[in-house]
Amino acid sequence: MEVDIVNALVLLANFVVVPAVAYGSQLALGALGITLVYGILRFANFSHGDLMAFGTMVAILGTWQLQAWDIGLGLLPTALLALPVGVVAAVIVSLAADRMVFRFYRLRRSAPIILSIASVGVMFVLNGAVRLIIGPDNRAFLDGARYLISAREFKSLTGLAEGLSVRTSQVLTLALAVLAVAALFWFLRRTRAGKAMRAYADNEDLALLSGIEPSRVVLLTWVITASLAATAGTLYGLDKSFHPFTYFQLLLPMFAAAIVGGIGQPHGAIAGGFLIAFSEIALTYPYKKFLQYLLPEDLHPDGLVQLLSTDYKLSVSFVILVVVLLWRPTGLFGGRLS
Amino acid sequence: MRRFLLTFAALMMAASAAQAEMKIGVLLGFTGPIESLAPNIAASAELAMQEATESGAFLGGRKVTPVRGDSTCIDAAAATAAAERLVNSDEVAAIMGADCSGVTTAVANNVAVPNGVVMISPSATSPALTALDDNGHFFRTAPSDARQGQVLARVAEARGITNIGVTYTNNDYGKGLANAFANAFEAAGGTVALSVAHEDGKADYAAEVGALAASGAEHLAVFGYVDQGGRGIIQASLDTGAFDTFLLADGMIGDSLLEAIGDALEGSVGTAPGSDSPNAKKFQAAAEAAGLKGADPFSAEAYDAAALIILAAQAAGSTDRAAIRSKILEVSNAPGEPIGPTELAKGLELLAAGTVIDYQGATDVELTPEGDASSPYKEYEVMDGKFTTVRIH
Repeated sequence: MEVDIVNALVLLANFVVVPAVAYGSQLALGALGITLVYGILRFANFSHGDLMAFGTMVAILGTWQLQAWDIGLGLLPTALLALPVGVVAAVIVSLAADRMVFRFYRLRRSAPIILSIASVGVMFVLNGAVRLIIGPDNRAFLDGARYLISAREFKSLTGLAEGLSVRTSQVLTLALAVLAVAALFWFLRRTRAGKAMRAYADNEDLALLSGIEPSRVVLLTWVITASLAATAGTLYGLDKSFHPFTYFQLLLPMFAAAIVGGIGQPHGAIAGGFLIAFSEIALTYPYKKFLQYLLPEDLHPDGLVQLLSTDYKLSVSFVILVVVLLWRPTGLFGGRLS
Repeated sequence: MRRFLLTFAALMMAASAAQAEMKIGVLLGFTGPIESLAPNIAASAELAMQEATESGAFLGGRKVTPVRGDSTCIDAAAATAAAERLVNSDEVAAIMGADCSGVTTAVANNVAVPNGVVMISPSATSPALTALDDNGHFFRTAPSDARQGQVLARVAEARGITNIGVTYTNNDYGKGLANAFANAFEAAGGTVALSVAHEDGKADYAAEVGALAASGAEHLAVFGYVDQGGRGIIQASLDTGAFDTFLLADGMIGDSLLEAIGDALEGSVGTAPGSDSPNAKKFQAAAEAAGLKGADPFSAEAYDAAALIILAAQAAGSTDRAAIRSKILEVSNAPGEPIGPTELAKGLELLAAGTVIDYQGATDVELTPEGDASSPYKEYEVMDGKFTTVRIH
């Protein structure tokens, strides 16, 4: 019986907890970028998903070049070495988009909705650029050791009936996400520039009066946002696979994560990311086998005990978004809705 | 008088020149999801037409010319428009096409049958096409997936698989094949624990695999596409340790799968139309000599489809659409003098002399009364990192 409980927990860890932690980290990094742009530049940036795709694309091209030169990291994916190039490319693209599109509307103090619609235009341009450069197809660019521990190794190691696989990309995702978030919070809390950004987010006019240079705040915001986007995108691509269209689809769960946590609140975006990821995966997972381990034989379920079909995975974040907006529009951590 | 005779002769020549060719429509998805396959399929069909033209034996030395049309593979309206043009403006005698099952059904219903034009598809495999109300106008040289489902069930049974999960790509092809397989497998006493569709083009299939694993299935049948969701399903299954070996349908047999997954596929089995018969090899050699990829999917089927149209016209002694229709089954099936690939000249001469022929072509084609091919399937097993043929069904 005790073995059964362990088996049940391993099963759940393998199919729900481990994938959800990795996916949640990716969503959190993406949602952080959305929430920063919303909090500081005051608009919902719909081009964020495709900014991720763009940064990832450059990281992939860099990975291929490194592979051609036979430069690698051994057990770790080569993409880690190429990631800085992807980050730089994403920063350049987002600064160019700001210079050519967003600045124009910001200077004339346009309503946020106009900036948001302009960001849809930027989204389409980035979307097309990615497809032109790398094509619309699926790209796998993971190399190095795929598993930290594979299901088969785990089974023979522990003698359990259920396997638990932990992939290198999943651990890497979590580690990089923790590092990036720690660095971001340190920057926002402890440095002068970070404090300036927070002041600007709180009250633009007061910040101006106290001598904060707005163009510098804008520049920093884009640099941080684009770095987070390229990192999140590359990690997502490593963990799953790169497909330009799926980055566009990520926009919905990322926005849901930012809003659930309270838009404009960095720690809210992180909590929201994990909440969305766990909901998506836990609600569509069939618990039949899990219950078989825990319940006595005569109570074994006949059906799959699946709350939602996997086809509805994407709609989970939509439902959460609607529920939050209806009952607690400021989100879990009291974000701002202007 | 002399001038009159000259004019008359010139007119006669012009008339006979117009008479001197038979047009065959080549309706394939030159744009769309199979655009990478279509040029080779078209060129294979055109190889047969060229062979007939060069033989000089087709209806007393007439030429056979292809007219291409774009079926797009997925857009039924575009395919119908292209077929309308072929039939009404280019006045083709018959159509070699279309390719994907969905557009093929649309073209058959909206254009081919109403206009009395024969259509021979080299690649539409949906079981639903067998029951098409086509008045004997629709044929195909690719076998129906109803048959592939049976073959797959037999393969699974022979390997002692009794409980299996099925996942299929969410379209006519996947659904038809999954149904055919489930019927045959259950009739043989097996259990399909769960059958779920998967959408192509997603980044992550862990949720689908989780459901299949929870159903209690011990093995997994994947009826998808090698560069699409099918590969994602296999990757996710291996990542989570849910399934180790797979039963694969023709859409999954491709070297890119082996490249992407690697050693972990060892021991998986699959089926795809094809045979190792001398005729198949002969065609491949001839196609490669002509600069084509004869072993690529549906190349041999396209050659045979075009050849059947040409031979039927010869047997009928005219390029009349109805006459061609009435002769297709006669030239494709036994009895008669067997005709292999690259032997169109021989076949045309025999038909001109009134001898009955049995066209076997590159795929050993034999058509059922419904117009389906009953050609063989290869059973593959992944051994030493390669799809190796282990049996012919």
